[in-house]
Amino acid sequence: MPEAVLLLEGVKKSYGVGTPAEAEVLHGIDFSLGKGDFCALMGPSGSGKSTLLNLIGLLDRPSSGRLSIDGRETSGLDDRALTALRGHHIGFVFQYHHLLPAFTALENVMMPMVLDRGRPNEAMRARAEELLRTMGLTEWREHLATNMSGGQQQRVAVARALAMNPSLLLADEPTGNLDTKAAQVVFDLMKEVNREHGTTVLLVTHNHELAAQCARTIELVDGRIVSDRRASAPAAPATA
Amino acid sequence: MRSGLPFEWIAASRFLVEGRMQTISIVAGVSIGVGVIIFMSAALAGMQANLIRRVLSAQAHIVLLPPQEVARPLRAGARGESEAAIVQKPYQRVRGIDQWQKVMRDVAEMPAVVNVSPMASGPVLASRGEATRAVSIMGVDPDLYFRIIALPDKIVSGEARLTSNDIVLGVDLASDLGVVVGDKIRITPNSGTGIDLMITGIVDLGNKGVNQRNTYVALHTAQALLGLVGGVSSVDITVRDVYAAEDVAQAISAATGVEADSWIMTNAQFFSAVNAQVIANTTIRFFVGLAIAFGIAAVLIVSVVQKSKEIGILRAMGASRGQILRVFLLQGAVLGLVGSFAGSSLGGAAIWLWQVLVRNPDGTPLFPMEQDPRLFAGAAVLATLTGLVAAVAPALRGARLDPVVAIRA
Ligand SMILES: Nc1ncnc2c1ncn2[C@@H]1O[C@H](COP(=O)(O)OP(=O)(O)OP(=O)(O)O)[C@@H](O)[C@H]1O
Ligand SMILES: [Mg+2]
Repeated sequence: MPEAVLLLEGVKKSYGVGTPAEAEVLHGIDFSLGKGDFCALMGPSGSGKSTLLNLIGLLDRPSSGRLSIDGRETSGLDDRALTALRGHHIGFVFQYHHLLPAFTALENVMMPMVLDRGRPNEAMRARAEELLRTMGLTEWREHLATNMSGGQQQRVAVARALAMNPSLLLADEPTGNLDTKAAQVVFDLMKEVNREHGTTVLLVTHNHELAAQCARTIELVDGRIVSDRRASAPAAPATA
Repeated sequence: MRSGLPFEWIAASRFLVEGRMQTISIVAGVSIGVGVIIFMSAALAGMQANLIRRVLSAQAHIVLLPPQEVARPLRAGARGESEAAIVQKPYQRVRGIDQWQKVMRDVAEMPAVVNVSPMASGPVLASRGEATRAVSIMGVDPDLYFRIIALPDKIVSGEARLTSNDIVLGVDLASDLGVVVGDKIRITPNSGTGIDLMITGIVDLGNKGVNQRNTYVALHTAQALLGLVGGVSSVDITVRDVYAAEDVAQAISAATGVEADSWIMTNAQFFSAVNAQVIANTTIRFFVGLAIAFGIAAVLIVSVVQKSKEIGILRAMGASRGQILRVFLLQGAVLGLVGSFAGSSLGGAAIWLWQVLVRNPDGTPLFPMEQDPRLFAGAAVLATLTGLVAAVAPALRGARLDPVVAIRA
């Protein structure tokens, strides 16, 4: 069996530990994603989807349980090691506030590579241009992020998330504030990346039409996985 | 993003440009502070140099004297007590320095010493017709003495010629006695008979009291008048480093046993005034520096709060805490450095304006300001360090930001 890209065993998360407001938000999550999986994470508001994604993205630490990325167990790692693991293995796409407003589209896409190596070079620029081209944004590369539409910004964010060629792409409601058409474009780009590069994708969404196009759907309610379904074959895009 | 430039430089400069108003305001604040410091320091240095120049143009750096007959105030006693009081010297007779030629030769060989010049001086009466004044007669060897006090530069009429029967006197004494160059005056010592000398020159020594009292004659003329044949009453000395004069004086005293007074000792009051100015200047510098530091810190704290989303995004993209820390430290240093450049121009302009606008009635500058390049370099280094130190707290805050909270915000 190939090594899981993502493995969670008994992952729990409590907020406000040690305070009267202490509350357990995730009550023991177990699941794994293999290479090339394309998985939707659904659930009502407040069920803990973002919390779970932040843990998987190594932005936060579980209160207990084990979490492995590409076979590396993370609970013993210090901040520096977590940062390196995050930089090399994980790409993020957020719902809001996704791009750095002081930088152009091209520079945003270059940024993960620049952060990794300390300074930009021509190879990074070439790769960022190639990524923007696949996102259909070549003519927007010198625009500041703030001068682009929501859909365009989110495509830049996808390109940026792919800059380091991560094994795992995490997206927290990436289409949440896009219209149906723009949402489908972004979604299709993510599917293409998944298909062509075997990138594992975990996508939080409230959109059932998009979820229906995913090979796998995990549903979270009140901090517990209540269902984990695999479509036998990816459904065709639903017609509205 | 220029290839090869470190990420920290790129991000710091983008953030500074992005927060344009804040950046401009704080740079203006820093530059005013730096400008004030530069102007003040230059003014103070110029004033001091000017005062010292004036004091030393009419005074030797060190004077060797014979042991005093009347007890002088004990210097070892109350420190900081004013020593401006004129110590009354005995009038009975003029005493000489024992073995002055040997002492002079020894002193001249010291590496710190530049010039030495013997002097026979004492109180006499100068008279012309009915007018009589008590004056001080100073017998010197012009070749040696003029290297210490440039009398020829202070001549208002006549020339600084001192052969056996010549005398040079101060302008106020000349007008008190109603004499001009070419006139003869009678010099009478306390004991003995007087002689007539011809006025060859009239000098302005820059101080009315001195101009009323000082007269200069040839060394042997004074020796004969004062009953000091072959002897001298003092030796004037100049040294290489005027600020080291007191140390040199003490070394001379220790080596020769002769009393040696430095200009620093004899102008103690002047020096305590200079010290007070230096302390005031340092205090002002310190507090202006503190104000600059707090200003930069305040701007950067606001910037960290404003940029917390970006910091979160950068962290999610693999930025380390160290990278975030350095981005903000760098911003502090850059604000300090840019502010100090602007402040240096401001200070330089203020100095120039002062020199042009604030003048003596005769049109010369009130005093020349010292435009020391080290002052500007020092201000740049200090302002940069201040910016760096001021940025530590905001930078740590940015680096410690929880990316989850930052992104959620
Ligand atoms: N920093 C925090 N401190 C305390 N409680 C928190 C914190 N973050 C989230 N929570 C709580 O944890 C629960 C899960 O929040 P989370 O944001 O993960 O939900 P979600 O599934 O992403 O919701 P939505 O669909 O609205 O984005 C909520 O009850 C929320 O109030
Ligand atoms: Mg959420």
